[in-house]
Amino acid sequence: MGAIATAGNKGKGVRSDCFVTLELTDQGGIQLQVESKVAVMYGDDIRRNALDILAYFGIAHASVKIEDSGALTLVIAARLEAAIKKLITTDKVWLPPMLAENLYTTPKDRNRFSRLYLPGNSPSLMINAGIHKPDGIILDLEDAVAPDKKDEARYLVRNALCGIDFYGAERMVRINQGERGLEDLEHIIPYNVNLILLPKCEHPDQVHAVNNKIQEIVNRQSSLVTCHSSLDIWIMPIIESALGVINAYPIASSAPNIVALAIGLEDYTADLGTRRTSEGTESFFARSMVVNAARAAGIQPIDSVFSDVGDMEGLRQNVLRSKALGFDGMGCIHPRQIVVIHETFAPTAEEIEKAKKIVFAFHKAQELGLGVVALGTKMIDPPVVKRALNTINLALKMNKLAENWRETYE
Amino acid sequence: MSKFDKLVTNAAGRIVPTVINGKSAVPYQGVGKYKPEGFRAAPKLASCADYPADGNKVIPSLKEALLKAGLRDGITISTHHHFRNGDLVATQIFDIAHELGIKDLMWYPSASFPCHEPMTKYLEDGTINRIEGSMNGALGRFTSEGKMKGLGVLRSHGGRYQAVQDGEVHIDIAVIAAPTADPFGDANGVNGSAACGPLGFALADSQYADKVIIVTDNLIPFPCLPWQINGNYVDYVVVMDKIGIPEKIISGTTEITKSPDRLLLAEWSARFCDEAGLIYDGFSFQAGAGGTALSIGIYFSEILRERKWKARFARGGSNKYLVQMLEEGLVEYILDGQTFDLDGVRSMRDNPHHTWTSPFTSYNYHSKGNFSSMVDIVILGATEVDVNFNANVVTHSDGYLLHGIGGWQNTLFGKCVILPIPLFRDRMPVIRDAVTTICGPGELIDVIVTERGIAINPLRTDLIEKMKNSSLPIKTIEELKAEAEKICGVPAKPKFTDEVVAVVKWVDGTVLDAIWKVSNDK
Repeated sequence: MGAIATAGNKGKGVRSDCFVTLELTDQGGIQLQVESKVAVMYGDDIRRNALDILAYFGIAHASVKIEDSGALTLVIAARLEAAIKKLITTDKVWLPPMLAENLYTTPKDRNRFSRLYLPGNSPSLMINAGIHKPDGIILDLEDAVAPDKKDEARYLVRNALCGIDFYGAERMVRINQGERGLEDLEHIIPYNVNLILLPKCEHPDQVHAVNNKIQEIVNRQSSLVTCHSSLDIWIMPIIESALGVINAYPIASSAPNIVALAIGLEDYTADLGTRRTSEGTESFFARSMVVNAARAAGIQPIDSVFSDVGDMEGLRQNVLRSKALGFDGMGCIHPRQIVVIHETFAPTAEEIEKAKKIVFAFHKAQELGLGVVALGTKMIDPPVVKRALNTINLALKMNKLAENWRETYE
Repeated sequence: MSKFDKLVTNAAGRIVPTVINGKSAVPYQGVGKYKPEGFRAAPKLASCADYPADGNKVIPSLKEALLKAGLRDGITISTHHHFRNGDLVATQIFDIAHELGIKDLMWYPSASFPCHEPMTKYLEDGTINRIEGSMNGALGRFTSEGKMKGLGVLRSHGGRYQAVQDGEVHIDIAVIAAPTADPFGDANGVNGSAACGPLGFALADSQYADKVIIVTDNLIPFPCLPWQINGNYVDYVVVMDKIGIPEKIISGTTEITKSPDRLLLAEWSARFCDEAGLIYDGFSFQAGAGGTALSIGIYFSEILRERKWKARFARGGSNKYLVQMLEEGLVEYILDGQTFDLDGVRSMRDNPHHTWTSPFTSYNYHSKGNFSSMVDIVILGATEVDVNFNANVVTHSDGYLLHGIGGWQNTLFGKCVILPIPLFRDRMPVIRDAVTTICGPGELIDVIVTERGIAINPLRTDLIEKMKNSSLPIKTIEELKAEAEKICGVPAKPKFTDEVVAVVKWVDGTVLDAIWKVSNDK
């Protein structure tokens, strides 16, 4: 009897996934058994792909069982590869085709109101994530994946980066802490990841280690799927500890590809020895520190997730507090939270009207060559103009204002 | 007697038998094309002199009642699905028939549920020859594997009424389970521990069957009001300890969906209706009991509340959400075919603006019109749709029969029929080149709403024009199909043998499609 490896998920409630059992044998060729809820429609396709993948990895004799609950080809491939790599050592990778529509980059200052966490080992949640239009999706290799599933999640996340269309959402991956996190990068950097979330960040060295690793991978891989320079991959450190809060500014300003600084309150409050409350008094200092550090470094401050997915009013209140503190966005753990987050972070009709007045006056002053902006008899300070310009830009980005609004403005 | 014979290609392009269980049948000819002449079927004349003057028709047991009603080989026995998955009566009838060694019965349920799985053993041993009605779950699988002796016939709720009314089906014994009844046989579904709302699906049976048995667990002195079923049609009344399991009667999908994908379908469907001008002060709609359909009601409510509009009527399946709309004044009337929860039952019992209907008022093909064609917006589901907008509700893409038609075919006559359906379920694409089984002709299906885009039937140029500048993702159905296949791959078709196991009737009694025995060849 040979060694046996398994990968994937099965059982009640598991959908769009499969469970692979692989046993290497000495002879007898490939004995492939497929049990699938879509056997009539895709049974032949599943068999053909499995045989191709086994051949690609040079496996000639094995007993393979695939228990399928409607997994896409790229999911089955990830599960099979994970099982194979538990038994043999190889540098080869089996990649699904990189979709042309996945080859986009994201601007440094794009909106990051919402970023939707997707557990890195749960394919069913990934497939439709993009249709809910979050600003970003996070394929999470860290806390949302069980420790014994962390290896196989890498292949799934990699294949998702290649083959799942997230419809324009910024493609983010949260890597693990420490050395495992740096290893994670090998599996994601070549596949057009837009942004790396760096958990439990306490020191600029952690940022440098990630950037060095990215550079090393980019230099080593001559045949990258996309031709990113390392600085096109953004980094969002997550502050989750007392030390991280104290070092927030050095971290925020440690590299030019850092675009945002996030805070993770569950770990932070645990580190403080307190508990998270809905009022958030215990995290007021930390949140303010993160906002200040981010603003000082010229990047976006991003708030923690709101974990009661059934409480939309609570979420709305939370977003309002977050916005008032100066945050530019927050994480979400359920697609239903996205709309509430977007609506609440977006400028209100009232804010837009006020900003229009100021910006219109500002442009008029410029046209007339006046150094001072005035509304009626009231002088408008430059920071107020700046805020109004920001509001207008945001309103334009969110289609809450027509591009040519000034032409019809009275 | 041959199960099926004389295959022809009908107007939907489907190969169907024109001899079904030894009787000739008319192939589908097109929507509104078939208009048979003649007279309604009629039950035998009865004489009140034959019935007890004191009005007491109570018989000690169901077995005795069935024997008195003439239980024998080869007859047709009807039951109804008012108790949904909580029905305790239907199986007992066939337990008794089996015990008496009766063979070759035809079971004529208005629908079947998982609780009827025990019927498979009576189909196997020949107690039951076939089911005409619906074959859900295990019964469908049994049928698809070619194990049923006779040929199954699937009919809509309206088609069931039509078949009884024009004599295509003659019911020998109707067994009507009634939550409340009096000894004379008057009965209703709004009182009693098994309260289920209306008893409309049993109306035709009470009027046309040779013998009618009321079974109740709540016998009250005459009169039982309201009398949804009139005792004047009833031969025998049987009292049992328990006729239904309340928590299973009030079941099904009666909660708002929490699935973000389905909420998106609901939101887009409601926005579509609004942008296309289908919602107005005094409009009407039908939303089913599925989680997505319920959520659409919530979005409708928001729109109506904001504009201070009212829907003139809503077509139920009612439940607490629809009742809330009625009580809030967002809906003026509920015309209810079945009731999905106790709020619905209460409202039907107490609120004169909430009335019960039967397939006669809502769907009947042989009526001088019916109100299904007056409904502005109809929200329905489907297992498959094809590029010609034909839809399937009875089989899955693997070829297995798993569901009944219900009122689905009948409601297609509404003014705008919208199907909110996920583009693929796990890996199963919903949009096919041709549906496995056609249950609804594409010309009656107007809009498909999926999470990746909305397709409007090209015949609805008016809707296409109205949605020209919509912010909703309007696509062609071919585009949607390609999108699903890009993600899932192109599915293989199921393999069938050349044996027909069931047919799908259209609302007029013609044969719309055949369901074939699945092949076990790998």
